[in-house]
Amino acid sequence: MSKNSGATAGVTGVTLAKDLRLEWRSKDAINSMLFFALLVVVVFSFSFDPNAEQSRQIAGGLVWVAVLFAAVVALNQTWARELRNQVLDAYRVSPAPANSLFLAKALGNFIFVAVLEMLMTPLFIMFYKLRPLGPAWQLIPLAVLGTWAIVVNGTFFAAMSLRARSREIMLPLLLFPVTIPALLALVNATTAILTGELSARFWIVLLTTYDVVFTIACLLLFELVLHAE
Amino acid sequence: MPSASDPLTPVSPVISVSALVKQFGRFAALRGVSAEFAPGVLYAILGDNGAGKTTLLRALAGLTQPTRGSVLILGTRDVRAVCRELGYMAHPSLLYDEMSGMENLLYFARLYGIADDRRGATNMTAVGLDPALTRPVAQYSQGMRQRLSLARALLNDPKILLLDEPFSNVDLRSAREMVTLLAQMRTAGKTIFVVTHQASLLDGTADEFVWMEAGQITSRTRELRTLETP
Repeated sequence: MSKNSGATAGVTGVTLAKDLRLEWRSKDAINSMLFFALLVVVVFSFSFDPNAEQSRQIAGGLVWVAVLFAAVVALNQTWARELRNQVLDAYRVSPAPANSLFLAKALGNFIFVAVLEMLMTPLFIMFYKLRPLGPAWQLIPLAVLGTWAIVVNGTFFAAMSLRARSREIMLPLLLFPVTIPALLALVNATTAILTGELSARFWIVLLTTYDVVFTIACLLLFELVLHAE
Repeated sequence: MPSASDPLTPVSPVISVSALVKQFGRFAALRGVSAEFAPGVLYAILGDNGAGKTTLLRALAGLTQPTRGSVLILGTRDVRAVCRELGYMAHPSLLYDEMSGMENLLYFARLYGIADDRRGATNMTAVGLDPALTRPVAQYSQGMRQRLSLARALLNDPKILLLDEPFSNVDLRSAREMVTLLAQMRTAGKTIFVVTHQASLLDGTADEFVWMEAGQITSRTRELRTLETP
């Protein structure tokens, strides 16, 4: 490992640890995400009364829309604590690589959203009486890839809208259109796995490509965003 | 009285700003500032609100990009290249309220690649804070925050210190202690810029008073009294 990548990994690690510690103490992101996702599940469950077959058809859409909306709540919090006391300036004047900050924030958000998914999955299964007919193990890589697709762009666009006056509105406006291909892949793959009618492989490959392309693009552009005025 | 373009010290400058202009929309915060600053000197930057003091300091720290003009710092125009030699303290604390003083300093030390945990404790002690304090910074008094903020700016043992309002909301005794610390650092060879509205605290300590008005350096004096009591 080169000296630069070692430094990047080191700063990423300490920044991630700092963010997890701050979240553990404040519980700002996880509480608001959980509350929001729970509301979505309950409201949806009252709105529809599907049988088992219908549940398998619609659950993919419901789950990922709920995750996306809840993730936006966490993503808006991501940079808020860096703005308090202008702490971000302390990072900007330091020699720490910009990408370390981005990766730490994206990984932190990934962990928060993954925790949310783990807590919400049993509720979805219970409310919608879900039993996958396809290869259920594929839901794990799908969840990892889908969560990363949401948080990597979300973290980037949240940083971009950092200095905007109405950043809570700006983030979904920027994020949702860009996330449509990933959301499409997620919903189709989840439905394919739940119904067992089609293979999810194409959608998983598409999602992997999406993740690689957008992760590289975000890493290349983040330094500009961080030092923009 | 020397003019802004005539530096008081003839040694080669550590910072040189040339025709620096910074505009925020139609408002020009800096209007063609040109000046040279010598090493090992404590500069007090004075002026009314809106004079451009903070903008000048942020430009020197690389936090704001000049609209026109240039900043040459330690021989380079790339401030990022010399950021290890800069210490910056802003008016806000630049600290995480939810973490303790030591947790803050340990985190920021890692950003500079400082692995030695004793550096944070040494700096906290130097500014008169107890490293064993476990309560979060949110529960610190304003004076304690300012001192911790100074300790953070000193973490990387910088050659150049840029301090924005370090004495604001600090009691007189603590402010005098901070001035004594700054004087010691100047003696140790650091170049220090202090933006302040409490110029009298630096009377007899600052080597030079840099007066700003409407985005320009209007004069540079060795004595504070020359402009305070015209």
